[in-house]
This record gives sequence, structure tokens and C-alpha cells, in this order.
Amino acid sequence: MSLIIKNVNKTFTNFPALKDVTFEARSGEFIALLGPSGSGKTTLLRLLAGLDTPNAGEISFEGENYLKLNPRDRRVGMVFQSYALFRHMTVAQNIAFGLNVRPAKERPSKAEIKSTVERLLKLIQMDDLGKRYPSQLSGGQRQRVALARALAINPRILLLDEPFGALDALVRKDLRRWLKRIHHETGVTTIFVTHDQEEALDLADRVVVLKGGKVEQIGTPLEIHSQPSSAFVFDFLGSANKANGHIKDGIAHFDGFSAPVAGAANDGDYTLRFRPYEAHLSRTGAGIPVTVTAVLPAGSNLRLELKGTDGALFETQHSHGSEAQGFSVGDTLRLKPERVYAYA
Amino acid sequence: MTGQPDTAVPDPTIPDHFKAPHPATGTTRVLPGFKITLGVTIFFLSTIVIIPLAALIARPWEHGLEGFLFVLTDERVIHALALSFFTALAAAVVNVFAGLAVAWALTRYSFPGRRLLDALIDLPFALPTAVAGIALSSLYAANGWVGSLLEPHGIKIAYTPVGIFLALTFIGLPFVVRSVQPVLAEFEAEVEEAAETLGASVVQTAFRVILPALMPSLVTGFSLALARGVGEYGSVIFIAGNMPYVSEIAPLLIVIKLQEYDYAGAASVGVIMLGISLLILLALNIVQRMFANLGSAK
Repeated sequence: MSLIIKNVNKTFTNFPALKDVTFEARSGEFIALLGPSGSGKTTLLRLLAGLDTPNAGEISFEGENYLKLNPRDRRVGMVFQSYALFRHMTVAQNIAFGLNVRPAKERPSKAEIKSTVERLLKLIQMDDLGKRYPSQLSGGQRQRVALARALAINPRILLLDEPFGALDALVRKDLRRWLKRIHHETGVTTIFVTHDQEEALDLADRVVVLKGGKVEQIGTPLEIHSQPSSAFVFDFLGSANKANGHIKDGIAHFDGFSAPVAGAANDGDYTLRFRPYEAHLSRTGAGIPVTVTAVLPAGSNLRLELKGTDGALFETQHSHGSEAQGFSVGDTLRLKPERVYAYA
Repeated sequence: MTGQPDTAVPDPTIPDHFKAPHPATGTTRVLPGFKITLGVTIFFLSTIVIIPLAALIARPWEHGLEGFLFVLTDERVIHALALSFFTALAAAVVNVFAGLAVAWALTRYSFPGRRLLDALIDLPFALPTAVAGIALSSLYAANGWVGSLLEPHGIKIAYTPVGIFLALTFIGLPFVVRSVQPVLAEFEAEVEEAAETLGASVVQTAFRVILPALMPSLVTGFSLALARGVGEYGSVIFIAGNMPYVSEIAPLLIVIKLQEYDYAGAASVGVIMLGISLLILLALNIVQRMFANLGSAK
């Protein structure tokens, strides 16, 4: 393990921002810190960069105690959501900054710095824009410059604080793919903060889900997606339908039908959850009686909004060619989950 | 389709209350009054600035070019002009550094009395300058609190150019502080943090990241302090001692000439001051534009 975070606590004037956070990252691993705003993910990132100090706990990298190092000695590349570029410097000067401020003994020669800048400009696909100023760039380009500037110091850890937060959906997707490639090429240990579950699952080798300053779950994207450890993680990862039911011997029983339970659960009454794409709709047969309130296209899927007889809201997703095409607003249907999740 | 536009029938694609963009500004902005504000601007500039200045420029010539050149080459005038501009320049330079430090302390740190201190900065603006002059001269005169301490060491401040410099520093400080303060306050903390994580020391961050961003506002503050210093009269005459060839400033010389009914001579000194000031402000404007263009060059 190269990056070790152990029992880290951080309190801001009576407000605990991080409680006993512990996890480790392998060398070259891409970790996503996922959580809603206020979950402490940015605080944790700032502790790693040395911009804040924890009240208790340990942070070490490759055996070196990071808490004893100044931010400028940690050699972390930090990328901020606001880009934080130097406005009075050109793109090339921005990228070269980290090399130019080194003490004379460690500073690479002018030619070396120039070639590093050129290599990085090529990496961020902005070969011809080195002489531009940040104000002449688009948001996506600025963020790429910020990343190149962080990579220029050959960082031991790359820290990204919601780097794509201020960009529009198409650019985000583009940059995501590009960031993946950069990580593959440089192999630098990367910690990525986001509140976008899709981004986290798409990019990371492992995802750390935070809630209220505590680690809620750690796992690969597939683990997080298929085995959410708590109702919070389940709800945070996507839309959730809820229905009351009774579990006996690993089977969830509803009014007149039953469904298998994902994972193990003790017998008893539960509020059971199921995903919009793990449910079946039919005109007759067993199921929760619902009325269609909206039929909406959602990318590759057809999204249906439904209302139960007691006013509860449901959502389902079907492929465009499925029988769901025949349903229209006002139809009375039966909703049957294919698989349910039970959380105490 | 006859090809003839029928003006009687309104275009159905244009809503009833459509308002075309203003031909001069090219926008449909809600804030009205391009004509009114430009009119007010021209009216005030004319009545307060342009016409009086034109009158000033027209005044010195009653004794012809010869009379003007006589004033221009008068040693006493040259000395007064040099004193005015050099003390103002020195005071403005000192104020750039002092003002930056004050603005830095007021925006970057929070300490008891910060708001009071912040309010005190504006005092030189509000105080009648004569009051400031009297206060300074009583402090720094040979029998004043500070002057009496310096007198035994042979240091004289009141009634010397040093006293003028002191008064101009007092008068000019708020210009620099108030120019720099808002820019410093809005400076993103993350930009500094980025510099730090990239390995920059505190000094490197200050000189390579923060100061360049403050440069335009520092130049503005410097220009304002300098311009005010050149024209300052009230606070200076009390502490200057007004000895010809030693501590007589150009504005005072103008007053003296007026009292001697030498209107042409007074206007001549005025025109020379105007010319030099214009050149300096023009140069500072060019410097200003150079800094402003850095980072926003289109």
C-alpha cells in the first residue's frame, strides 16, 4: 500500500468534518471519493495536499509521514474545481510554474522545462495554445491546463477536486475519457473527488463512499453498484423505489407475490428497495397496483413514472423496443420487482 | 409573392412588443439611458474640466510667448515645479509600499480593531487638508512632540522638503489602500494554494502570483496619489515653511503670483503643471494598459 490514511479526524469549530476515516490506496490506483456535499470529501483532499491539518490520525505515503511535510514538499498535484490558474501567465508559463519555482539546484534547465511543457501541451491536446492566456480558453481547456500544470511537477499523488464540476455534460464525458487515458499513461496514484456517482463508477478502480464525514463503503465500482452496503449508498447511487414487505427465508413477500432478496437479510418486516431497471410492468397478474403518470425517453431507455394507490411514487426503466412502449399515461398496471434490497 | 414587402401587414414572426437592439450600443439591455448618461458626461466634463482648462491654456499669452518663456525659465519657478513633482513622486512611491502593506493587513488578517483601522484610512480624505497641515507642523516643528526629539540629532522635518514629503504621504495613502484592497479581497485563495502545492515558497507566491495580479490596482493607486500630491496645497503650506528655492511648492507659487496680480504668470505655471501632469498620467495609463492586457489579451 502506498497511500495510507488511518483514523483521520478533522473538526472545524465544533463541526466534525471527518470522523475516523481509514483507507489505503495502492501505487497507481485511481480512487474516487464519492459523497453528497458536506460529506467531507474535499476536506479529506485538502488534508492530503497539506492545505489543512487533521486533529488526529495518520497520513503517510510510501512509508513517509506526510503530516510532517509542508504542502510544497509533498509533491502532490492538486487540481481545483475553479481551475485556480495564474491569470497573468500564459498556458505555457502556467504549466512551467512548478518547475520554475524549484530551488536553483533542483531546477531543470531551461531546455528541459521547455520540452516538458511541450510534452504536456501535446498530452492535453493543446499544442498550439501555449501562448494563450487562461481568459482566452474555454472551461474544458482551462481544466486541462490545470491538470497539465499539476502533472508538470511529476507528482507522487494527483488530487482532483470535482475537476469537471463546472463544465457541461458533453465536455465532462469527453474529459472523463481523456482523464482515464492520462491516468493510464502516467500511472500516478490519483484521488478524485466527485458527487456524481456515474463519474465515480466510470473512472475509479475503487470508490470510497463518504457520508457525514464517515466512510460508508469502499469497493470496486461493480461491488458498490451491485452490493450497496447501506440504504444511503443504495439511494445515492441511483433512483430507488421503496415498498413495504416481509422477508422470510431469504424471500421477500408482498401482497400476493414475492421477489428474491439480494444479499442476506434476517426475517422480518422491511422497507424494501429496488432499482427502476429491475422491475417488471404488466397489465394483469400479481404486483403493486400503479397508474402511469408520465412516459419519458431517457437516452437508451424509456422511463415511466408511476403512482401507487396509496400515493407512493415509483419509477421504472425499459428498453425502447419492450412491451413498455404500449403503455400510456393513465393506464393501470401491475409493478413487480425482479430483485429487492433489504436494509435494516 | 410579388417581391414587394407589404408594410401594412406586420410580420407575424415578430411579437407585438418587440424592441430592436439599440443602434449605438447593439444591445437590448434593460438599464436605459445611453443618451442621458453620455449627455451628462459630456456636459460635466465640459463645464468642470475642458472649458476651465481651455481658459487656463488661453490665459498666459498676454505677454506673448516671450512672457511665457520668461516664467518657464525663472529659476524660482523651476525649483518649485521640481520640488512639487519630486516630493509627490517620492510620497507616491512610499505609499505604494505602505498602502500595499496596510491593504494586506486589513484584508488578510482579522484582529481586534480592524474595522476601526479600516475606517481611519479614509480620514485624510475627510479631514480639511489645512487641519492635517497644522497637526503635522505642530508635531514636527522644532518645539513639537516629535520635532523636539529629532532636533538634538540635527534632523529637521518641518519647514524642509522632508516635511512636504511627509504631508503628501499622509494625503496619498488612502488612494493606494482603497485601490488595492478590493482586488486583494477578491483574490482567490485557491490560486495561492495551487502555487503552494506546486512547490512555491511564500516569497515566490507573493512575487510571482499575487503581486502581478495586484499590479494594475497598484498603478492606479500610485497615479491617484501622485496626482493628488502634485496639486496638494492646504496640508503642505503649513509644514513647508515656504522658503523660495528651498520649500516653496508650485501651487503656492501660483497663489503668490495671483496675489501680485500677475495673472499671466500664475496661468503660465498652471499650464506647465498641467502639461507635465498630463504626460505623467498618459505614461501611467500606458503602463496600466500593459498590465491589464496581461491575462486578458484578446
